[in-house]
Amino acid sequence: MSTDGDLLHVVTLDNITPQRMRFGNLLKWGGLAFMAACFLVLTLSELGAFPIAFETWRLGLFGYLVWATCLCAAQVVLRGEQGKRTLFILPGVLFVVAMVVFPLLFSLGIAFSDWNLASPDGRKFNGLDNVRQMWGDPFYWNALKNMVWYTLAIIVEYAIAFGLALILASEIRARKFFRVAFLLPLMLSPVAVSWMIGKSMLEVRFGPLARLARTLGWDSPSFFGSPEIARLTIMVMDAWTFIPFMMIMILAGLQAIPKEVQEAAKVDGAGPWRNFWEVTFPLMLPVSITAILIRIIFKLKLADIIINVTAGGPGGATDSVTSFIFREYRDRSNVGYGTLLAIIYLILIVIAITIFMKLVDRWMNPRYLK
Amino acid sequence: MSDTQIFHDSRSDLAYKAGWLSKRVVIYGILILWTVICLFPIYWTLTTSFKIAPDVMKGNMIPWVDYTPQWRGWKSLGLSPDTIGMESTVREEFLKRFWNSTISALCSSALAVIIGSMVAYGLSRFNYRFGFMRNPDISFFFLSQLILPPVVLALPFLVLYKELALLDTRIGLILLYTLTVLPIVIWIMRDQFQSIPVELEEAALVDGLSVWGAFLTIIVPIALPGLVAAFILSLVLTWNEYFFAALLTSTDAKTLPVMVASQTGSQGINWWAMAALSWAAIMPLIVIGIVLERYIIKGMASGAVK
Repeated sequence: MSTDGDLLHVVTLDNITPQRMRFGNLLKWGGLAFMAACFLVLTLSELGAFPIAFETWRLGLFGYLVWATCLCAAQVVLRGEQGKRTLFILPGVLFVVAMVVFPLLFSLGIAFSDWNLASPDGRKFNGLDNVRQMWGDPFYWNALKNMVWYTLAIIVEYAIAFGLALILASEIRARKFFRVAFLLPLMLSPVAVSWMIGKSMLEVRFGPLARLARTLGWDSPSFFGSPEIARLTIMVMDAWTFIPFMMIMILAGLQAIPKEVQEAAKVDGAGPWRNFWEVTFPLMLPVSITAILIRIIFKLKLADIIINVTAGGPGGATDSVTSFIFREYRDRSNVGYGTLLAIIYLILIVIAITIFMKLVDRWMNPRYLK
Repeated sequence: MSDTQIFHDSRSDLAYKAGWLSKRVVIYGILILWTVICLFPIYWTLTTSFKIAPDVMKGNMIPWVDYTPQWRGWKSLGLSPDTIGMESTVREEFLKRFWNSTISALCSSALAVIIGSMVAYGLSRFNYRFGFMRNPDISFFFLSQLILPPVVLALPFLVLYKELALLDTRIGLILLYTLTVLPIVIWIMRDQFQSIPVELEEAALVDGLSVWGAFLTIIVPIALPGLVAAFILSLVLTWNEYFFAALLTSTDAKTLPVMVASQTGSQGINWWAMAALSWAAIMPLIVIGIVLERYIIKGMASGAVK
């Protein structure tokens, strides 16, 4: 979509009178001035220099809303038909700016301060103390290392999902039933899953899975006893919820491959094994990459199951970064340190994903093709 | 047995049939095994909610065979046949959480679908320039929200909401949930709109509709299946959301997942009550999953296949 000019090209006669221009400009700058005034009043009242003391910052929110509305209206008044087009994406942009960009900037301020919400002292700027504390925090590094393990588990999930998708795409009876059954785990809330599986079915004394493990010869099954097994259990539970997701995407990709290609390969004498590796799998690469990328993104948010089943234990072995920060806040209500950890995590994610996409790009479009 | 069979399947054909049969057996074996893996936890939850303590301890599995179903679990929620007519604080609590979840999930999904489809339509039809930002940059600006882990926003929002007095309100949750599902909606809808030929709108414009008129009366109805798909995916994600709800709500706006999670913290777990509560939390989505499966698959597939 990088062609010049609009895909939907409209020629309209917009007769914008100077009076209308003036009104539009008034709207645009008036809204901005109103918002600025709101913020100014708020700042002054925080400092105690304004006669009325406001309890909340809601005035700023209203200021922003008024400005956003004025800006949208001014677009139409000032630029006519062009402005109406801008109106399609302007609300979205304003919403995201208010909800992401502003809080992110705000969080930078918090990250370099010592701010315990429980204590009455309020915020204290403490420079790089948080960074130093993070550097020496073995639990945070441990959580990061766990995230690498959790992310690597995606390879196995992908293999299983691909296998299931292949079976679902082949000629089977009751395909719709199996598709619905396979999809259901994705619909369940992670909290309920952590209760159903993590707490109830893996219960050592009477859980059905523990019973099964005993029958299979594991004398004293304990799914959260040792760090490795606990991590594995978390991985399995998370995989259980999200394998359907990858499976559906791969299934859609498989169904989009024209049958002729595979038939041609068959005619040329390729067995099913070679047919898969030399025809189906390469054709599925773009879909696979998308599925894996989205799965990685979701995996990096992994927290609900860990918080509810192990709370990070034993000894932080199952902690993800999110669950670690969650507990960091819950236990010590230290907003400043938690925010710094989160920001470092975000930076690491952005770097990792960029590298991943560059590598994929290099691999999918080799240089000599360009 | 005097007459001999004249027409024989050749040996290679018979071998093929045996091979075909064994392949079928393996395939259906895998399918059934995975179905059991997927459905057993759901079955377990449902049956556990009808058990009483000895049944849980003995690990009884099949109702009416291993044990007689009792309404104990549902009674503790105030939802069993004999308690449904009576006053029950637990039930009121439960209904309040259920209602909170419903409202926040529905409103945020609707908001995300409205904002998201507008953005997606704009990006698929027009070229924008905001300073240095061109269309690909704007797309990236929206879609990159997807990699933003919730934990980065959680603590700043905690502070901001506290100052804005939005902590523990449904509106606060709705706004945040809208934000989290917005990129997914845009991603799905951009695909939908790109597959609709521009000639349709051109015809509408020639006939005198404005750009917005064409969007609302021509394009939205055509893209309705995609909209429904995006809406349902958002619904699933927001209904199940736990992290923000756990941090930002305490009493008034607490949602169902938080209620489920807070039950597990106590010492002795009431397995049957927990099972009933979990079942109530997952049932709406199971129903949606079964009834609207087509749309969910469509939604997830749309981004994958170009």
